[in-house]
Amino acid sequence: MDKINIDFTEYKTYLTKKFKYRKRYIKEDPNIIKAIIPGIIKKILVKEGSKVKEGDTVLILEAMKMSNHITAEKDGTVKTIFVKENENVKRNQDLIEII
Amino acid sequence: MSIKTKIYDFLGRMGNVLRGGGEKAIQKQLSMGKLTARQRIEKILDPGTFNETDLFVEHKCTDFNMDKKQLPADGVITGTGMVNHRPVAIFAQDFTVAGGSLGYMHAKKITKIMDFAMNYGMPLIGINDSGGARIQEGVNSLAGYGEIFYRNTLASGIIPQLSVILGPCAGGAVYSPALTDFVFVVDKISKMFITGPEVIKAVLGEEISMEDLGGAKVQTEITGNAHFYAESEEECFLQIKKLLSYLPKSNRETPPSVAPKPPRTKLEIENIIPEQVNQPYDIKDIIKCLVDDSEFLEVQERWAKNIVIGFARLNGETIGIVGNQPMYLAGVLDIDSADKASRFIRFCDSFNIPILTLVDLPGYLPGIDQEHGGVIRHGAKLLYSYSEATVPKLTVILRKAYGGGYIAMSSRHLGADFVFAWPTAEIAVMGAEGAANIIFRKEIMNSPDPEKTRQEKIKEYSEKFANPYVAASNGYIDAVIKPEETRAALIHSLTIAKTKEIARPNKKHGVPPF
Repeated sequence: MDKINIDFTEYKTYLTKKFKYRKRYIKEDPNIIKAIIPGIIKKILVKEGSKVKEGDTVLILEAMKMSNHITAEKDGTVKTIFVKENENVKRNQDLIEII
Repeated sequence: MSIKTKIYDFLGRMGNVLRGGGEKAIQKQLSMGKLTARQRIEKILDPGTFNETDLFVEHKCTDFNMDKKQLPADGVITGTGMVNHRPVAIFAQDFTVAGGSLGYMHAKKITKIMDFAMNYGMPLIGINDSGGARIQEGVNSLAGYGEIFYRNTLASGIIPQLSVILGPCAGGAVYSPALTDFVFVVDKISKMFITGPEVIKAVLGEEISMEDLGGAKVQTEITGNAHFYAESEEECFLQIKKLLSYLPKSNRETPPSVAPKPPRTKLEIENIIPEQVNQPYDIKDIIKCLVDDSEFLEVQERWAKNIVIGFARLNGETIGIVGNQPMYLAGVLDIDSADKASRFIRFCDSFNIPILTLVDLPGYLPGIDQEHGGVIRHGAKLLYSYSEATVPKLTVILRKAYGGGYIAMSSRHLGADFVFAWPTAEIAVMGAEGAANIIFRKEIMNSPDPEKTRQEKIKEYSEKFANPYVAASNGYIDAVIKPEETRAALIHSLTIAKTKEIARPNKKHGVPPF
């Protein structure tokens, strides 16, 4: 049997599989845009060092037969581009860092 | 044509349709460990009670050479019959005919049976075993599904609807079972998913087998989509019959009464509940000591195990039971357990089944995944369901009832009719350790011996608040009772509350946190 702590009291109990394998929280880097869906990088519209404004399309990710325009979430400068055109990307893969 | 010829002609036509997809297709079905549609109906219904409807219905499709294809009974057997001498409406898709695919007339047969069930007030049993929409019939197949889902919804709360998944049930088709009250699955036979493994692989590059994506184990252990798990079709049919025996035929009736039976085990609390409050016990051991013949039909046994739900009888009358399970996650409430209990409470309320709640929980499960998963709005479902229910609600607080958990588990404040507490009950805002840390924080910090002070404060708090008497002094619980007296107290309360009438403001319906 395992233990679980509720409000500073420890209880002896069984843990469920779902609880044991739950997704642990990892604080995301707000500057990095990740792929929300797997696909192919169709076009990269900026270079490292480019200045972007909030809403500018920085790259196009083709997935599920649709062109997904990935846009900058805030004004800034492109620091790192992690991918190349025509590269296959997985879900949650780092795409671009804007600071 | 003479009368004799007409009769022979009829028998011939009937024989053709009864053969279904033919001997070869039937053998293939059996070789996969699956029974045929007709066999399934025979085994569920009382012998000789099946009255078939629409045997001679034919599809009207002419596209894709369909006019040259004859599909016996259009791939679905429909009709009415008896289960344990009580009427039911039943349909079973025939996988041997065009893969059991749903065409417009196939759907029309099903909707006719659904209308029978609603109008005449009898449970609906739907045996799903189908490759999905009949592509050749195009939009007409979709129209068929739409008509079925609409009726599932209209019938919800009027007649019990049972879905039995005895084959593939994929894409849109799976929404009919999702709308029904209870879903039965069989290991290695049931397959339920919206998008199948091939599409998932092609589009997302993620590989998974049909069984791992939406097989019986997945649906009963992970998703909570299914309610009853069986290792064979035969076992599944027994579960169906057992469930139906607890339920009324429709919401116009109360559940059937049977001869009362005492429990097979006597309640000796010292043998079940440990001395230390943070040690667990199995709530089902308590249930067995309270209910008739110690018989308990658990629902969704393998999912959200920190709460237990199911049907039993008290003095021959059906009740629904909701109980925290200290054996798993200390019996806390969380997203899945709140979901599990809420739907069950609403089912019981729809069908005039009184609800017994057994309380022993330390609170809600802490965690970022819980918070980000929406435990706030999911947890609220439980408060909503209990408050909304007008069936007799009986509550017994066995041990811990802390904080929000105390309120949520059918407290007097949410409209419980009778709330009992055992002498072991601890009705408090939280456990003594937590409370001492918060209320006496300064004293502990400033003390020359913080740990000693902490222990003193814990003891002080425990003695003053970790009991049922503060709640009792406010009339929040109706009585503190000896555990051995529980069954009698519950039976008495149920007898009184049988003719419960409660006024509620008129409204179309509320807005539960879905």
